[in-house]
Amino acid sequence: MENFTPYLSLAGGLIIGIAATLLLAAGRIAGISGILGGLMPPAPAADRKWRWLFLLGLIGGAVLFPIMGGDISYINLNPYNFSDEMHYGALIVGGLLVGLGTTIGAGCTSGHGICGLGRMSVRSLVSVCTFMAVAGVVVFVIRTVMGG
Amino acid sequence: MFLVIALASGLLFGYGLALSGMLSPAKVVGFLDIAYNWDPSLAFVMGGGVAVTVVAFHFLLKRPHPIFGDKFYLPTRTDIDKRLVIGAALFGGGWAIGGLCPGPAISSLAYASPKIAVFVVAMVVGVLIAKTLFPSKS
Repeated sequence: MENFTPYLSLAGGLIIGIAATLLLAAGRIAGISGILGGLMPPAPAADRKWRWLFLLGLIGGAVLFPIMGGDISYINLNPYNFSDEMHYGALIVGGLLVGLGTTIGAGCTSGHGICGLGRMSVRSLVSVCTFMAVAGVVVFVIRTVMGG
Repeated sequence: MFLVIALASGLLFGYGLALSGMLSPAKVVGFLDIAYNWDPSLAFVMGGGVAVTVVAFHFLLKRPHPIFGDKFYLPTRTDIDKRLVIGAALFGGGWAIGGLCPGPAISSLAYASPKIAVFVVAMVVGVLIAKTLFPSKS
């Protein structure tokens, strides 16, 4: 538990909740996979501008964080210490599964998690429990195979 | 006005992700790694976020219209179907393997890592495959 950051994580979570509230005040759910999916056919083209702006902001917020004094040295992209080749493979497989799964299951950590749980949606609760449980099992398997 | 709000919401969301620790796959995997070296931090991200939305959404959704807009665009389904569970399971697997979910993946493009770019491209391909092969009927 040496990397435990309860205060920063709580503060970040509160800001994320405020961001989702702001977007719902304009009528929309801040689900990133849904916002991304709406940029692709068969979604209507007229509905795209706000999605691009939100995603641009999502990147912009991460650009601003270190400029405003935030520390990003904590970021470690390779949690399993894979070789470079293995890591690229994992990112491709992981990315494909995330894209497939969030589209088929209609939401991700933000849409089902932050927003769906906020709406007290039972579908979102089932989704969150399912993806957390599966993710926990898969991490356990990879850690065990990689030698703990 | 709506477009300004979309941008502002995105900026806040991205800043919150960076502050929370979610941009580090090692932190995400640490949260999921209950057996070996558990870092419960990310429970505070979800907890903090939902603590805000559960209260704020309650009051917002009592209104006939959003504050800035003509209508709420909300999911209408309430049934638990196979797609919901299978999709969540596939997503959970990918999240564990890559350590990234859609928000942090896109947000991390900020730091211009080729590895993040590869993940995001694969994710978009996954979305396109799902939309083509398994279109939703609703």
